[in-house]
Amino acid sequence: MSTAAPPAPTAPPTPQAPSIGARARKVLQARETGIILAFLVVLAVTTAINPSFLFSTDGWRDLFLTPSILVVLAVGQAIVIITRSVDLSQGSVLGLVAYATGRMFVDTGLPLVVVLLLGILLGVGLGLINGALVAFAKVPALVITLGTLYVYRGIMMSWAGSDRINASDIPRDLLSFGTSSILGIPSLAWISFLVLGVGAYLMGRTRGGREMYAIGSDPDAATLYGLKKTQRTLVAFAASGGLAGLAGVMYVARYGTISSGAGLGIEFEAVGAAVIGGVAIFGGSGTIFGAAVGAYLLMTINRGLPILGIQDFWQRAVVGLLIIAAIVLDKVLRERQHKKLLAERDAA
Amino acid sequence: MATAAPGTVALALRDVSKTFGQVVALRSGSLTVTAGSIHALVGENGAGKSTMVKIIAGLYRADSGSYELFGEPVDFRTTAEAKDAGVAVIYQEPTLFPDLSVTENLFMGRQPRNRFGRIDRKAMDTEARALFARLGVVIDPERPADGLSIADQQIIEIAKAISLDARVLIMDEPTAALSGVEVERLMTIARALRDEGRALVFISHRFDEVFSLCDTITVMRDGSYVSTDRIEDVTVEDVVRRLVGREVGNLYPKQDAEIGEVVLEIEGLSRAGVFHDVDLQVRRGEIVGLAGLVGAGRSEIMQAAFGVDPYDSGTVKVAGKVVPPNDPAAAIRLGLALVPEDRRKHGLVLESTLTQNITMAIRRRLSRGGLLTSGAENATARDWAARLEVKASTLDTLAGTLSGGNQQKVVLAKWLSTQPDVLIVDEPTRGIDVGTKAEVHRLLSTLAGEGLAVVMISSELPEVLGMADRVVVVHEGRITAELSRDEATPEAVMFAATNTAAATDTAATSTSAATSTHGASA
Repeated sequence: MSTAAPPAPTAPPTPQAPSIGARARKVLQARETGIILAFLVVLAVTTAINPSFLFSTDGWRDLFLTPSILVVLAVGQAIVIITRSVDLSQGSVLGLVAYATGRMFVDTGLPLVVVLLLGILLGVGLGLINGALVAFAKVPALVITLGTLYVYRGIMMSWAGSDRINASDIPRDLLSFGTSSILGIPSLAWISFLVLGVGAYLMGRTRGGREMYAIGSDPDAATLYGLKKTQRTLVAFAASGGLAGLAGVMYVARYGTISSGAGLGIEFEAVGAAVIGGVAIFGGSGTIFGAAVGAYLLMTINRGLPILGIQDFWQRAVVGLLIIAAIVLDKVLRERQHKKLLAERDAA
Repeated sequence: MATAAPGTVALALRDVSKTFGQVVALRSGSLTVTAGSIHALVGENGAGKSTMVKIIAGLYRADSGSYELFGEPVDFRTTAEAKDAGVAVIYQEPTLFPDLSVTENLFMGRQPRNRFGRIDRKAMDTEARALFARLGVVIDPERPADGLSIADQQIIEIAKAISLDARVLIMDEPTAALSGVEVERLMTIARALRDEGRALVFISHRFDEVFSLCDTITVMRDGSYVSTDRIEDVTVEDVVRRLVGREVGNLYPKQDAEIGEVVLEIEGLSRAGVFHDVDLQVRRGEIVGLAGLVGAGRSEIMQAAFGVDPYDSGTVKVAGKVVPPNDPAAAIRLGLALVPEDRRKHGLVLESTLTQNITMAIRRRLSRGGLLTSGAENATARDWAARLEVKASTLDTLAGTLSGGNQQKVVLAKWLSTQPDVLIVDEPTRGIDVGTKAEVHRLLSTLAGEGLAVVMISSELPEVLGMADRVVVVHEGRITAELSRDEATPEAVMFAATNTAAATDTAATSTSAATSTHGASA
């Protein structure tokens, strides 16, 4: 901005920064607010029927512990979806990493921290394979990660066979960490909060994150802007893989027992959490925070429905309807917004 | 950024070429721009200007030729490299991220950061507001880019380029969708940037703007360099002669046709934000040219009439029968046919053979008892391929391997085989070489002579003027003029297409500007 300012022919008023009222309205209208309200309603109704749902040591712990693994996955999933891709291999990465971690405890004498880091690194590597296939082979992520979903699960199953890792093979320190609490909140939940905080910061406040939004919003425009599409795609998938790896390590800490079914199908819950939380499936919009709240809503509904006396079959159907409703709502809201903006333009 | 002394050669391209498959987009482009100058680049649509711009911007790589920036040979592989070297391009069609805010669009990829890598939103917001204040426009920097008018989107592109502090600024028809006031403002800014020693390239079809703003002019024709002159050494007539380079008559073999009753009748067709109250009647034997600027909504209107796109209100009738909305199959049955703008994407199945493409729309009619025999298909396809003189070795040739002109003939054959009453053609000769262009024109003219009603959407003014019996001009989704063949001069069409004086709310303030910028040509 060193250029000399040419005189404007007519000086229109400079738009001022919006008032506090406008900001408050924005917060109220945000998608995340609606999801938080839905979450609170579910919590309130269930607790009213069965007070121990919230007001018991177990209830309070489960409230945070149950969603913690899904929150970590949903953050990774949201990053990928925002760039207009999807990662269906998350559950298989979780399973493979969990099993590999267990095997390292059984077969090697490596220190605990090294094993955990290697587990997460394995996740990053598996994610990078997804990313490379998507970025370089230019095949839609849906197809690529559907393929690696089976490949990664297959590797784990042929490696594990009928074998499984038992809690007795896992270091006591890790298991006790998995059940420990800090300040009344489970340690695993603290990890998920940390992931959420870092993820939200990176996606919301750094160039790399904003560029991922841009790439998801309009890939062609991103090319014209000179954004590093290939690199960002790789990073998004590496992040999703790494977080799935972290989720695998958390799985070990929480359950101790790892069979070949670990994490089976959990990628769909992660996609569901992100979508319910307002991450548009066509990329470019939504927040990491929203995806995490979506995970909380999903898991709390899962736990709450039996208490409300709803049968198992209907529980799944309710979750399914919730996902469909969220996507339809997204589409309707988006079109309404688009129409509103166009109408404003016509009126001007 | 330090700018070079006036007179230094900032940008130099010599004999640059670019080919896409069988289509030569740029044969031999040359351009030398000095710092502290505004250089006009003119040529008809398809002359290769936009391709050259994309090479300069690093979006395409030239097949041959040399490209130098401030004396250094460069070969940009990405737009980011070109940007870093100080080249900013304002494209003909603005490209913004619809989900993101205006501010984010301005600074994407180069947001101000604090030392922890955190984006400084406050600084970004302040700078965005300062930029808009300087440009004298009111755009809320926090609103999403979705739904902005083309003029506003263009303003954002300009603001972006200004804030980039570029040494070389290329504007590809930046004024195409701007009102008189906005054009004046842009020209003031352009002059200020020139006076700072930047090199500007200005692409425009409006000669009055070119002659009042630029100091040097380069003419291109059919993908090749024609001439470069100081602006005071040439007249508009000189430039037009070099631009066209041939007699317009040869290219547009318009034959007289008997004009019959109304076949296509569009009444009050509206779609929020896209087009409004469109009334259009087309008669048998008539070619109606739909002119307007890129993005004016012409294709959208015809796609809505055909049923591909939705519309909010209005009716479409063919020969008195109402065409139901959102139902292209019904539209085809009632006698409508649409040759789309993007023939590779929407007109053809590239992986299918010529035969399969030609019979695509009439498979039901060709099939016997639900089965389609290749004999029946081939017979029909052979007939149409011969009538339209499709040049291909066999009927089994894949559509994707044909040249642009032949592909267009295949699409035309497909639709003509449905025996339509109304043929809508969208940019029928885009990306087609001059020889085949004339063939397509002759064909359209013959068809009209046989009683077909033709609606031709075209951004090539000579094509519209040469072919149409009647020219309907669209501006920002509204019909702004209907001109008979005799009334349709280039000036009259361009004036209606830019619709400066009629802009409702700015009418009072823009009148003086409009007369100064457009009065010369009107």
